[in-house]
Amino acid sequence: MNKTKLIIEREYMSRVKKKSFIIMTLLGPVLIAGLLSLGVYLGISDTTVYNVLVVDQTPAISTGSLTQRSQPLFWNRLKETSQMKFDYSDLAMSNVEFDSSAYDLMVVLKDDIVTHPEAEMVFRTLPSMKARSYLEDEIEKVIEEEKLKLNEIDKRTYDSIKTHLNLISVDAEDGTTSYKQQQAFVGFGFAILIYFFIFLYGVQVMRGVMEEKSNRIVEVLISSVKPFQLMMGKIVGIALVGLTQFLLWVILTSVLFSLTSGILVGELVNPETVQAQVQMTDEVAAQAANDPMAQSAVNDILELIFYRINWPLMIGLFIFYFLGGYLLYASLFAAIGAAVDNETDTQQFMMPITIPLVFGFIVSEFALSNPEGSAVFWFSQIPLTSPIVMMVRVAMGFSSGGAWQLILSMLLLVAGFIGAVWLAAKIYRVGILMYGKKISYKELMKWLKYKS
Amino acid sequence: MDILKVQRITKTYANHTALKSVSLSIPKGSIFGLLGPNGAGKTSLIRIINQITGPDKGKITFNGKALAPEHIEKIGYLPEERGLYKKMKVGEQALYLATLKGMSKKEAKAKLKEWFERFDILPWWDKKVEELSKGMAQKVQFITTVMHEPEFIILDEPFSGFDPINANLIKEEILRLAEAGTTIMLSTHNMSSVEEICTHIALINKSKKVLDGPVDKIRTEFKDGVYELVFQGDMLSFTNALWTNFELISNSKKGQDTVAKIRLLNDSTVNDLLKTVLPVVEVKSINEVIPSMNDIFIKVVEKKAKK
Repeated sequence: MNKTKLIIEREYMSRVKKKSFIIMTLLGPVLIAGLLSLGVYLGISDTTVYNVLVVDQTPAISTGSLTQRSQPLFWNRLKETSQMKFDYSDLAMSNVEFDSSAYDLMVVLKDDIVTHPEAEMVFRTLPSMKARSYLEDEIEKVIEEEKLKLNEIDKRTYDSIKTHLNLISVDAEDGTTSYKQQQAFVGFGFAILIYFFIFLYGVQVMRGVMEEKSNRIVEVLISSVKPFQLMMGKIVGIALVGLTQFLLWVILTSVLFSLTSGILVGELVNPETVQAQVQMTDEVAAQAANDPMAQSAVNDILELIFYRINWPLMIGLFIFYFLGGYLLYASLFAAIGAAVDNETDTQQFMMPITIPLVFGFIVSEFALSNPEGSAVFWFSQIPLTSPIVMMVRVAMGFSSGGAWQLILSMLLLVAGFIGAVWLAAKIYRVGILMYGKKISYKELMKWLKYKS
Repeated sequence: MDILKVQRITKTYANHTALKSVSLSIPKGSIFGLLGPNGAGKTSLIRIINQITGPDKGKITFNGKALAPEHIEKIGYLPEERGLYKKMKVGEQALYLATLKGMSKKEAKAKLKEWFERFDILPWWDKKVEELSKGMAQKVQFITTVMHEPEFIILDEPFSGFDPINANLIKEEILRLAEAGTTIMLSTHNMSSVEEICTHIALINKSKKVLDGPVDKIRTEFKDGVYELVFQGDMLSFTNALWTNFELISNSKKGQDTVAKIRLLNDSTVNDLLKTVLPVVEVKSINEVIPSMNDIFIKVVEKKAKK
């Protein structure tokens, strides 16, 4: 036991002292936060100016008695912004002409657009989502107005009729508002983290074993310690590295978050900043700021982050499932590392390990939309996929009668990793001393039968 | 007193037998050569002694007690496939290996500094292993094998890959350790590299022990009355003089001298030989031909094959 401790210590210290570990640990939270805000920033701060040619083919003179007008429908009615400039024409350019013109976009509005709301947008480079939806909104608005006129409906009447339904799910059991869907996303975040950590650290175990084998130090080591101690020391040592990294991330992120949250929360719910951020759609922004819907969405997210998620439970179970899943996969990775001589030979053995891992990831994505499905149930029990799938279910919470599912899954995972460790130890023991032999599955089966 | 007794060890792998009922006794304080061609089963036996693998049949005793995990710390092992962590610092690594052998950090550090000094590699303590030359890395490996002052040291192919200077250094260290009372087992397929320092040997071929015992005894057993006679003079009269009681096995010219190998027949003695040849040629020297381990091995294996 004492020797295993020495091995754990070496595996841990040699990795934690590495520059790459320190950099990853410090940069991780900054990077995650940075990427998120960069995404937001890029989404908002699209500064491209679009010159749009609006080809309006609607008849200049409408025959309807109430809608007398002397120019085509859209003529000068699309609202310009600093980034959206409109020119109007009734003749479409050919694509070749358009290509050599000064316009970035050409929107062709057919004469029957009011009855068939469909239009073509010709582009040279695909515009941003935001520009596109702005165009849609503007054109829709004109069509809507036209329809209101045709049907003799007052704009105010129409606004009062137009309805947004906010569907709030209520759990029959305790009568509280349910945020399961949103919570599931948080669980999915944890699932991604587990998937990522198992892969990252599992491969490190494999590399470490291969390093010892190809360095030829392994025989020196196992003349002092048992192969099992060496394998477990490495697996546990690297697990501790993973946990250290995770805990540092949690601490650093919460420190970063508490430092910036005042500013962040203030800005998020402050209508002025929301308005400022969405420069392009001034009107929409003003609407959004006054729209209780948009505000409540922001509040929902904050409420979800701060109150809906049981963080201690989530992190506790994350650690359990990470460790369980990691021990299971890492020992299999260790067995692969022991069985092969070099990295290129690992491919054939990596496949059967990677597939369930990726599969667990896919099923957990599936659990987002259908959390009670039977596939989700089964894969949250099978130890190979449960660490990933179960995180999504844990985040959503179990009904009081469903706690057995969690307990069963945890027990199965423990049994799973014990089995995996046992299997891996048998392969490991033989593999580390086997050089220059091409290993097949048949060969591995033979190793399992060797006596120690 | 034997430090290690191997009794009828058999080890079978899936498709071949590595050791077939092998027994050995290794006397305390001896330098024991485990000799045999590649693939004979030497490394399999060594791994069993080191408790890396277990035997299918048979047992091993260490100092009279059944071999057990607590004996690991009393054995030093330099495997044939040996290496170090490339990215780790030399001193740190040696310390790690020492603590794995049960030494305390403090004790290990003092011992290691001493050894590093002896081997002239103390300045490399804080360097990474990948910066060492091959010879220096081998010195480090040897040190990590012996630093915990084991009673029994096993060196598997100790001289393979060593340059002549280092090989000599290691040889001297082996002799020094043996003098201090350590029992040493050398395993090699290159018999000439160890026969001069071994006190005992065992020959292994095709997973069976074919011969073992003290080197002197084996040599005496295998010498068959052949003498090498160096002389100057007429070859024809020399051959005629030998007549019936001696057999001329071979002769060759070496400058002015003739080197002849002669077997004594019919209980004749060296004195008889000298009396016979002295009148016809001028004798420069006469030596008994001591068979090399290689010769003995070939002889034994051939004899077994004939049977």
